[in-house]
Amino acid sequence: MFRAKTASSVTDELQVVPPSKLAIEDVSKSFRPATGTVLALDRVSLQVNEGAFVCLVGASGCGKTTLLNIIAGLEKPDRGDVLADGKPVTGPGRERLVMFQEAALFPWLDVFGNVLFGLKLKPHLSNKDRRDVARYYLELVGLTRFEHANIHELSGGMKQRVALARALAPNPRVLLMDEPFAALDALTREQLYGDIQRIWKARNKTIVFVTHNVREAVCLGDRVLLFSPHPGRIQEEFVIELPRPRDLNSVELAEYASKIMHSLRAFMQPNGAAPE
Amino acid sequence: MKRFLFAVLFFIFLLFVWQKLYDAHIWSAVLLPSPGQVANYLKEAAADGTLFHATVITMRRLLIGYAVGIVIGLPLGLITARWNLFEDTIGTMALGLQTLPSVCWVPLALLWFGQTEAAMLFVVIMGTLWSVVIATDTGVRHVPPIYRRAALTMGSKHFHIWFKVILPAALPFIVSGMKQGWAFAWRSLMAAEIFVSILTGFGLGQLLHYGRELSAMDQVIGIMVVIVVIGLLADKIFFSPIETFMHRRWGTSQ
Repeated sequence: MFRAKTASSVTDELQVVPPSKLAIEDVSKSFRPATGTVLALDRVSLQVNEGAFVCLVGASGCGKTTLLNIIAGLEKPDRGDVLADGKPVTGPGRERLVMFQEAALFPWLDVFGNVLFGLKLKPHLSNKDRRDVARYYLELVGLTRFEHANIHELSGGMKQRVALARALAPNPRVLLMDEPFAALDALTREQLYGDIQRIWKARNKTIVFVTHNVREAVCLGDRVLLFSPHPGRIQEEFVIELPRPRDLNSVELAEYASKIMHSLRAFMQPNGAAPE
Repeated sequence: MKRFLFAVLFFIFLLFVWQKLYDAHIWSAVLLPSPGQVANYLKEAAADGTLFHATVITMRRLLIGYAVGIVIGLPLGLITARWNLFEDTIGTMALGLQTLPSVCWVPLALLWFGQTEAAMLFVVIMGTLWSVVIATDTGVRHVPPIYRRAALTMGSKHFHIWFKVILPAALPFIVSGMKQGWAFAWRSLMAAEIFVSILTGFGLGQLLHYGRELSAMDQVIGIMVVIVVIGLLADKIFFSPIETFMHRRWGTSQ
């Protein structure tokens, strides 16, 4: 109908939106499994600046995923607040999109349909706009040729690329990543480290990245926060001052990683699962 | 193409064996007519319109009842999957009634509705409904929670989640339930039509019944062939394409 308007709304949609500033204030959360109460997060506070890349590292069960879910609005804290740009987070919303460990892609849709899913929930876009936007992000993650592939036909790395495109497509201000590369082989992972840094820079997102892989955290994060388990607390913070793009195999990166590993071991329980 | 030819050859072989058995005169021609006689009956019944008329009446009962069964069954299945209160009540009832062979509804339907279309529809609906309820319920309960969480973060909620995430994710279960419901409905309708003369129209089952009354074996076998062909067509035209699509999408085919 309005061709001129359509063209401009795609440009609007693809504009880089300012990333959010996150404030996690005094957040506690406990779970009550059959074995008794587990304090997953104990009065955790954390500031994440606009456009920062923050990695949360710790052994399994230290509450880092719980914190991510609380920031996403998928879980409610028992106490404390999460503020995004000063406004309290009350539930999930597309300002803060999540990329899960297992690709939570929808098997009943093809690659293109998955990327379109979040865009269809933006009523101001026309269908043509949505397709254009989806194509842009598929190109960004390098999957243009696979837009009509079925999900089961993709490799693990490609699935996570689709998940990334799907998370980016609604143009969120924050990207929350929950061990997104944990199930991938080392080579694919290294490739994705490069891509995620490139895309982070191009799209200017605030990223909170959960991992148990220390080298991955050092490779990606501006800041690496070390979580201790039982109860989940932020134990130590490391600021990574390495130029980007970072080489996973560089000596400087290995030095940071070994320093963090050393701290991590200090509060590991003798029977605890060792992080990578 | 090769597979198609092979299938055709197989059926020609079956007809050939049948003809040979007829020629051998092991059984009386009253009990075993030749393929030619059956074909002749079908040709005549098709020409004078009885066959077409009966098929239309049967299919109308089946399709309307089936559609009503699905329209009621789907939401009921969603409700039982969503709230445990309904699972414990309606869900348990559905499970119980599904084990009841659907032909057992015929006596009740006749007493309630008399020899009317309503009785036929009721039997078909009861055949369809419980399978669809249980399949939908199971399907929804098997949807991985991560799909819902992913959809929530993308801004999907309430009805959107149900229609765009939960239902499609449960589709493989729902379709197999619909297929089972179809089979149950088809069987129970045939049984009802054979047992009961419905004054409002003669279906295929009734033609079968009168074939027996008249000892017209060519009619009995002819109608049986028609019933088999309808069942095959329903599968090939309606269910097969959906199943092929699902196997391709989900990657569940060999």
